[in-house]
Amino acid sequence: MSRIHSCPCFFRLCKGCGGSIRFLSPPLFWSLDVQPPQWGPRGGLLQPGGNSTPPLRRSRSLGLGAGRGLGAGRGLGAGRGLGARRAVATSLRRKNMAGTAGPGTVPGAAGGDGDDSLYPIAVLIDELRNEDVQLRLNSIKKLSTIALALGVERTRTELLPFLTDTIYDEDEVLLALAEQLGNFTGLVGGPDFAHCLLPPLESLATVEETVVRDKAVESLRQISQEHTPNALEAHFVPLVKRLASGDWFTSRTSACGLFSVCYPRASDAVRAEIRQHFRSLCSDDTPMVRRAAASKLGEFAKVLELDSVKSEIVPLFTNLASDEQDSVRLLAVEACVSIAQLLSQEDLEALVMPTLRQAAEDKSWRVRYMVADKFSELQKAVGPKITLNDLIPAFQNLLKDCEAEVRAAAAHKVKELCENLPTEGRETIIMSQILPYIKELVSDTNQHVKSALASVIMGLSTILGKENTIEHLLPLFLAQLKDECPEVRLNIISNLDCVNEVIGIRQLSQSLLPAIVELAEDAKWRVRLAIIEYMPLLAGQLGVEFFDEKLNSLCMAWLVDHVYAIREAATNNLMKLVQKFGTEWAQNTIVPRVLVMANDPNYLHRMTTLFCINALSEACGQEITTKHMLPVVLKMAGDQVANVRFNVAKSLQKIGPVLNTDALREEVKPVLQKLGQDEDVDVKYFAQEAISVVAQRLRKPDFPAKDSEEPSAPGADKNRFLRARGPEEDPGKVQRESAARAASEEAVEMARFRGTDVAKGPAYQLHVNPRDTLAQLEIADLVHFSQSRD
Amino acid sequence: MSSSSPPAGAANAAAISASEKVDGFTRKSVRKAQRQKRSQGSSQFRSQGSQAELHPLPQLKDATSNEQQELFCQKLQQCCILFDFMDSVSDLKSKEIKRATLNELVEYVSTNRGVIVESAYSDIVKMISANIFRTLPPSDNPDFDPEEDEPTLEASWPHIQLVYEFFLRFLESPDFQPSIAKRYIDQKFVQQLLELFDSEDPRERDFLKTVLHRIYGKFLGLRAFIRKQINNIFLRFIYETEHFNGVAELLEILGSIINGFALPLKAEHKQFLMKVLIPMHTAKGLALFHAQLAYCVVQFLEKDTTLTEPVIRGLLKFWPKTCSQKEVMFLGEIEEILDVIEPTQFKKIEEPLFKQISKCVSSSHFQVAERALYFWNNEYILSLIEENIDKILPIMFGSLYKISKEHWNPTIVALVYNVLKTLMEMNGKLFDDLTSSYKAERQRTRMAPLQGHPKKPRLSGRS
Repeated sequence: MSRIHSCPCFFRLCKGCGGSIRFLSPPLFWSLDVQPPQWGPRGGLLQPGGNSTPPLRRSRSLGLGAGRGLGAGRGLGAGRGLGARRAVATSLRRKNMAGTAGPGTVPGAAGGDGDDSLYPIAVLIDELRNEDVQLRLNSIKKLSTIALALGVERTRTELLPFLTDTIYDEDEVLLALAEQLGNFTGLVGGPDFAHCLLPPLESLATVEETVVRDKAVESLRQISQEHTPNALEAHFVPLVKRLASGDWFTSRTSACGLFSVCYPRASDAVRAEIRQHFRSLCSDDTPMVRRAAASKLGEFAKVLELDSVKSEIVPLFTNLASDEQDSVRLLAVEACVSIAQLLSQEDLEALVMPTLRQAAEDKSWRVRYMVADKFSELQKAVGPKITLNDLIPAFQNLLKDCEAEVRAAAAHKVKELCENLPTEGRETIIMSQILPYIKELVSDTNQHVKSALASVIMGLSTILGKENTIEHLLPLFLAQLKDECPEVRLNIISNLDCVNEVIGIRQLSQSLLPAIVELAEDAKWRVRLAIIEYMPLLAGQLGVEFFDEKLNSLCMAWLVDHVYAIREAATNNLMKLVQKFGTEWAQNTIVPRVLVMANDPNYLHRMTTLFCINALSEACGQEITTKHMLPVVLKMAGDQVANVRFNVAKSLQKIGPVLNTDALREEVKPVLQKLGQDEDVDVKYFAQEAISVVAQRLRKPDFPAKDSEEPSAPGADKNRFLRARGPEEDPGKVQRESAARAASEEAVEMARFRGTDVAKGPAYQLHVNPRDTLAQLEIADLVHFSQSRD
Repeated sequence: MSSSSPPAGAANAAAISASEKVDGFTRKSVRKAQRQKRSQGSSQFRSQGSQAELHPLPQLKDATSNEQQELFCQKLQQCCILFDFMDSVSDLKSKEIKRATLNELVEYVSTNRGVIVESAYSDIVKMISANIFRTLPPSDNPDFDPEEDEPTLEASWPHIQLVYEFFLRFLESPDFQPSIAKRYIDQKFVQQLLELFDSEDPRERDFLKTVLHRIYGKFLGLRAFIRKQINNIFLRFIYETEHFNGVAELLEILGSIINGFALPLKAEHKQFLMKVLIPMHTAKGLALFHAQLAYCVVQFLEKDTTLTEPVIRGLLKFWPKTCSQKEVMFLGEIEEILDVIEPTQFKKIEEPLFKQISKCVSSSHFQVAERALYFWNNEYILSLIEENIDKILPIMFGSLYKISKEHWNPTIVALVYNVLKTLMEMNGKLFDDLTSSYKAERQRTRMAPLQGHPKKPRLSGRS
């Protein structure tokens, strides 16, 4: 080990205690001109402490990109405990954020004069073999930068061979590598050298982890397009053949995805070979490979000559569709769509339909599900004649399948199926052949089936016209509006617009109201949230009178819901309603009731007033805002709860544009200035922010000058208000953020252990900005309960 | 979902929080309540349109020996008819007749000799296939968590159980001749049998386990095929679906299969170990089959000790990063492996292994730390450590010393104290050296906290 440590090459291969034999392959000895002089082969890099400090510090600052990149880890499906992995990501991200604020990252802290531009590259290269996966990952993600710095020649001769050897690394790193290499053609010298990228990608295409393999295949497909036809045959096709005849199933599965990209550009002889390889993979004895082949069958069929499709693809399709494993058979259904598009009606009938009929009757529900799921595509692919003869009866069977999964999938397709029927005779077919089955589904035993149907059934009204809708569909809608499952009702309500166009909503309104009220008070806040979203739509269709009479009180009740998300949605809802019904209506019905809440004993309700004002001010216009809303906001500046006060500052900033300058100067400014002196740091901060925005609007020369006397207002130049706030200008902000985060996390953590009692402590009431995160929403709610005393 | 009577206290707040709890979070209880309504499933796709009603046949024991064979076959054919158990009131009479017949058949093959004649095999296997081979129904609960949720039970169990019973008696009968049966119990049959291992019903999987074990024992020609199919199931489980209910059962069978492998091990078997069993440790639901998996791994190592190094390196590669529960399982497996390790093999992996163990002992999750520290209660491991103390102590020292001062959990601190004592007794001089250099290092890092970010003390790296 120690010998390797003293190896002067950049890619000292020391990280792999993970142990691979490849690892012992001769390391690359890099000529050292990339390294900065003070960090050369003799340099501190190889000794702990001492000289190595600057690069280390540098590496920290380079690690800052981590936060964004981490998401990739989540994609690794088969990995170890995904949620947990995310936790690591967050903690790392936080560490990096801490790094941002630290003093060590001032640019130019470490670095010579001459080679300084290459210095970061050296660090990146160094990190390619760091022990910390995260650093390796970051470095891999900047691979293009490294390659750019090295130039095409050395990228080809040194970087790529090194990367080819990295194959033993963690899957996350490999995934990033596979992705990077797909865009590397330019960095190795353009299409003429694209083949240099094949060796590392070939290795990546054989690893076990599916996500990595898929990404490698994706990149290979991308690169194949960049090959010249000659290079394709000289390098790419042999690679595909190697993969296709690999020992382990992984390489053969990867090969399946590559045939279709090289086939169209290959010569005839090579084409025959490619087809041969594909054929053998379709009858591979590993089901994994057959699955991969089946899933690429349609894609491959599309690039083949029509004759070959008939003579070769169809038999393969038939075989796969009768495979002993249902997981293979169901993929063949997918291929069926593509194949059917290629064939003429007669060929279809003779070659494909027997298999498709069989699939619709398959003994495995998964295959039948797939048929149901792909029904619209199949319908389009086979054309109207076969649809009428074959697909409609099959669809009827799927609608009354014994498995609810299949029925639900079929129910989802009802509308599309009907839409795509030829207009001539469509009504008769639907009425006689589809509707009877739909009627039965309305009272299905499974709620998923019912809600699937409810999500599309309204769409039938436009197809069937007014009379049929009233006579046949309306009873079904009404039945579903009374369904016990909220999702069913919700799906009906969310599609009311379709019916509205055909028969008008009045027909439904009597049944609608109880359904809406019930949903509005549902115990699940997600259900309540969903119904709120439809309120503007409903309001528009039901008219202002009906709304005032029946629904207005609901909308107001949501404003004091105990879940923040509902209160937030309710404020947005009000805004949309005002846009619909106009300012006069707002002034008479909404505004007074919102403003009353400003005196509510619960500070969350008082804040809701502010949020409503934020949302409504623009829609209501200057007059109402100045006359009615502004006084309330200003009064709230004296609230005892800091959260309310800083929200006053935020509100003033928001409604500023609506107000005229007189009001701003006479009323808003003094209040903001007072808030700017508040004892609470957050109130001060937001007041400052609001002041700077308001000041900009006023653009009075004396205003900022006067303000500059205030201790925390920075500088006298008015432009400085526009300047982005750097961390050094507002050191409090980072602290505040981290404090808020820590406080919220602590609260969540504690709440988990102790139940809601935790909120009794007043500590969490302050410094928690309820708009920040979902977690904080919860706390806000917790706080609310304890606050109800005050 | 109905919020039960609110607890005493502030009525308003309590009522809200009761409904609050339903919101998004405590849904499991709701779901469970729903599940109890229908915890049975079955899938018989369009079995037979109109059900033929069964008529009772005469008892086998009342028939003359000439007629018996004929009657036996008739009864087998009668039992091929399937009934819908999701509808609990339909065909009650016929269901009862079939149940009685199956019972009779079970008794018939287990108490009588010479009844399994060549001509009967076809009917027997046909009856078994007709009853047990079926597409498993979709899971009632798409995010079924085998550790938490109640399994969906097979609705037609009253019949299927008897068929399995009959199948087992048939396979175990002294009259049973694999040479004849192999015409019917072929690859396709086994393939379908293996697919049934995905059944959610543990009772069924238990029967299947015994059945497959018998088949593996009696049909030499099917052995390679069975292993390969299990291999495929596992690969699919690991890399494609992460879902298969019968992993533990299959591993249990494999445990005994591995036990019987001839030496030297074939490349195929080694590949199975490295490419299937080791990656299997990454699965989400490892807890469900870890015991069986660890048993298989240890079986391999007992067969061929040279596999120890790649196996341990494999485990280290897949070491859980954040799941403490899995980490404890890994540590358990490592201990099982160390129990059978050869000292020469131990030397090959001690460095990476103890680096990992050193990370585990300083885990802030006390169960992980505790599990790792328990290694020092194991006599054999202690002797291995003692032999290699000059390598291991420098790796372990830093974290042990640190947690002896800093760990939040008093039990861990006490355990660490004992471990440090043991290590000190093994090599006092080295221990003292390390103590002083550790202290010096710490001093240094404390002195220079402002000049950049000092490297973590890396005692482990240099040796």
